[in-house]
Amino acid sequence: MIEILWFLVDSMLVLLLLALAWTTCSSRDVMRAVTLFIAMGLLLAIIWARLKAPDLALAEAIIGAGVSGALLLSAISDYPSTAITSHRSPLMHGIINTFTLALTILMSWAVWHGLNMSDGVRLSEQVSSQIPVSGVSNPVTAVLLNFRAYDTLLELAVVLTAVLAVLILNDKRADSAASSPLLRGMTRWLVPLLVVTSGYLLWVGAHAPGGAFQAGAMLAAAMILLQLAYPSIHRGFNLYLLRVLLVAGIFTFVLVGLWMMSANDDFLAYTPAWAGTLILIIETAATISIAAALTLAYIGGRPTGWETGDHVITGKEDAG
Amino acid sequence: MISASASTSILTIALLFALIILLLSLFIGLIRAWLGPSVEDRFSAVLLIGTGGVAILMILAIVLQIPALYDVALVLALLAVVGTVALTQSETTHD
Amino acid sequence: MIDSLAVLAVFFGLFFFLSGSIGLLRLPDVFSRLHALAKADNIGLAFVTLGIILLEPSLLNDIKLVIIWLLIMAASAVSSHLVARRALRGERDDD
Repeated sequence: MIEILWFLVDSMLVLLLLALAWTTCSSRDVMRAVTLFIAMGLLLAIIWARLKAPDLALAEAIIGAGVSGALLLSAISDYPSTAITSHRSPLMHGIINTFTLALTILMSWAVWHGLNMSDGVRLSEQVSSQIPVSGVSNPVTAVLLNFRAYDTLLELAVVLTAVLAVLILNDKRADSAASSPLLRGMTRWLVPLLVVTSGYLLWVGAHAPGGAFQAGAMLAAAMILLQLAYPSIHRGFNLYLLRVLLVAGIFTFVLVGLWMMSANDDFLAYTPAWAGTLILIIETAATISIAAALTLAYIGGRPTGWETGDHVITGKEDAG
Repeated sequence: MISASASTSILTIALLFALIILLLSLFIGLIRAWLGPSVEDRFSAVLLIGTGGVAILMILAIVLQIPALYDVALVLALLAVVGTVALTQSETTHD
Repeated sequence: MIDSLAVLAVFFGLFFFLSGSIGLLRLPDVFSRLHALAKADNIGLAFVTLGIILLEPSLLNDIKLVIIWLLIMAASAVSSHLVARRALRGERDDD
């Protein structure tokens, strides 16, 4: 009985996902596609939870449902509503659909084949045996920040590069519409709550699902909410500090790596006794950097005064 | 995960039924997201999936015995409004 | 027994979830749909949370669950307000 019910639950989840994915891709109205995409992000978080992957569920919920949603919605708000339709020819549609269908079938076959193969050496067993020396007890954090720390360092570099591209291309988009008092009132207590939760996720990442990426995205969501409710708040940013925060993550990471190289002859080879503390330091810096990067990506470009190098905008600035 | 005692497996069956019903209501909301003539209609469906998702996560936390899913539900609850604010505060320009 | 009470509470909440989503689908107007959605959010989630609290042994997690419910209530109220405001604005602008 239980197996039948689980099968029903899983089938419904799969059908929902396929329906959402299909309608997202085939919508000619971009606004509808974005809305369905946000819904798909939420559904993916549920699916990760069902697959017993709470770290992924957490990341998907924050980034897919929170930050990505805000990013996409702001991006399409730059265009007049009448222009937001897709202009692909039917032939192109047909080619893309066929290709996607073939890819889906291929990957389903691959997963099915993989599930039916004999057990080899499970990666999770190898990781679990090394947990005691990794400095944390959450295996996901151990892999991300210790065993494969170099990959995480490069991921941070990718995020920074993307933000640099955004900064090069544009000035920030126009300020948003005037907000209602209800929104401002709620923001006043919600943003501190989001910041505290971000700190909680950062701290708890050592022994439970959480970590730098989730905490950073949560902090970015807090800043995005703040920016949306108080549209002129970006004028108060200390832009020099913002630059420092953007690179703080990578800087700390590389610094720790070099220090460990001098101590242990290998880049990013932590001394086991210090591993926990080092990981926490790196994660804190990474959280702040990711938050700054995502917030800048949301703002859409250079904040006011970026080029002139002003620290804070006053009423009459004319750097010369 | 699923113990052999009678009471817990009846509980699990009941909770799985609850999951199925919740997913059904998500399906129904999705139809509105597909149909809904205006953006606000579609977005209401997203809100439904958000709250339904919180309920699903709570039930999954009990059924799968993963307390970390409460954190995921907490996060969904916190960010539920950020998406709405992004929608309503970013105005598409009307010409 | 506590388990039966919990399941009863969860299914009672599911009734509101289901009726909320059906309302979202079948009601004629975006404003009435938002109203239906709010019922699912507030009452539906309240009873599901109550049921899960009865099943969850840890007090810390119970407090977390109450906080989740309160946050969803606040988010639902503000979201309904903002979306309705946008819908009104759209009607007035006539685009």
